[in-house]
Amino acid sequence: MLRLLSIAILLGAWYAGSLMAGERMLPGPAAVLAAIVEEARSGALALHLSATLARVALAFSLAMALGTALGLLMGRVKIADKLGDPWLVVLLNLPALVIIILAYVWGGLTEAAAIAAVAVNKLPNTIVTVREGARALDPALDEMARVFAMPAGKAIRHVVMPQIAPYFAAAARSGLSLVWKIVLVVELLGRPNGVGFEMGVAFQLFDVTRIIAYALVFVVVMLTIETVLVQPLERRASRWRNRTA
Amino acid sequence: MSDARPAGETGRLDVRIARKSFPKPSGDRLEVLRDIAFTVPRGRVAAFVGPSGCGKTTMLRIIAGLDRAYEGTIVQEFGGRIGMVFQEPRLLPWRTVEENVRLVAPDASEATLARLFETLELAPHRAHYPGQLSLGLARRVALARAFAVEASLLILDEPFVSLDDALAARLRGELAKLIGSRPVTTLLVTHDVEEAIGLADRLFLLSAGPARIVAELPIERRDDVSAGSRVAAIKAEVARLTSAAGVPATERSAAGGRS
Repeated sequence: MLRLLSIAILLGAWYAGSLMAGERMLPGPAAVLAAIVEEARSGALALHLSATLARVALAFSLAMALGTALGLLMGRVKIADKLGDPWLVVLLNLPALVIIILAYVWGGLTEAAAIAAVAVNKLPNTIVTVREGARALDPALDEMARVFAMPAGKAIRHVVMPQIAPYFAAAARSGLSLVWKIVLVVELLGRPNGVGFEMGVAFQLFDVTRIIAYALVFVVVMLTIETVLVQPLERRASRWRNRTA
Repeated sequence: MSDARPAGETGRLDVRIARKSFPKPSGDRLEVLRDIAFTVPRGRVAAFVGPSGCGKTTMLRIIAGLDRAYEGTIVQEFGGRIGMVFQEPRLLPWRTVEENVRLVAPDASEATLARLFETLELAPHRAHYPGQLSLGLARRVALARAFAVEASLLILDEPFVSLDDALAARLRGELAKLIGSRPVTTLLVTHDVEEAIGLADRLFLLSAGPARIVAELPIERRDDVSAGSRVAAIKAEVARLTSAAGVPATERSAAGGRS
């Protein structure tokens, strides 16, 4: 209820703001909605949205898979941690823009370079979070699995992964929002389609309506993914936690 | 001292730990175990009693294969699997009671599990998560897990510590029932002489660190022991040995006639 009220206030403020600033600087909700409908009708919305979503999905999976593997390795093996840590610090502190530009310079304005640039931006964050999880693994449970001669696959699935899961979920959550923001920059700089590319065009035409329209649609899409995919998965993974007698 | 047993006996657990030490922060090493040597014939129960912190858990960890940095040999002639009850239940909190047991014993039949859950009064808790259980129940699940694997060696590290006396006594009875139903070589560490007498065939008395075996007492078959006089005799002997060997008497063995 409070949520709805808050959204209503946001819409009201938006409307009032557009009245004061003028349609050109800040178009009102009605104009933006009309623009969304127009873009959807022409097919441009679906084209750009799907291109961006595909890049988000690819870069996100790549960064999560690689980051989890490296994070586990660095959390468990001291030498790997010592060797990898300086690299991690460099990656963490490298601005996203630098990575993107270098990726385009070295790899050309290609899809592979674009996705690699986004994945590399997200990678260190995943590694750091999962490494924390790997460091916090309970040695008592590990010993239990060893005494009872649990096969390695089973031990990873039932003993290690559930302990990593909260860290993985945290990395995934912050990752999804980070990745889609960087994907837009990558598209703006060197892709012929996608929401970021559309933003670039709209910027050159000073078409604020279109910028807000695309941004709004994308936020709604990401929120939907969060509610129908991420949250149920998290609930499922932590169901043992909530039910205390 | 354990060499008193006739040679050539087959299927026994043979433990020889010459030395076990841990590095100290100061640089030199702290010796925890020295010249631990004993043999447990197949299917027998050996209990170890000693002051807390004397290295009993370290000894069990070595026998369980969790700690390989020691001087000596452990020979388990019959090979096979190990079932262990740690001092804490060590259950997987994200798996149900039944899953916790099934994960380590995938070959256990439904009938075996049902009987085990029945004996330990866990049947109503099969679908519960460990976080929903009391410590007593969680310890029972740990017992069920150790028995479900049908191990050739059972290691129990103070399985009833920090439970109230009544519950500990009941669980002890259940444990005796389980051991009786399927003879398995068992090592039991406890600070409770009575518990040792009630469950074991043979009692080993350990000294304070570095732990050595200072005495080995045979215990008559469990059925005769309940008579009481024998219990008192063994307790007196333990008390005498502990004082003679300079072992600080544990709270319970000093308490004498407590039951």
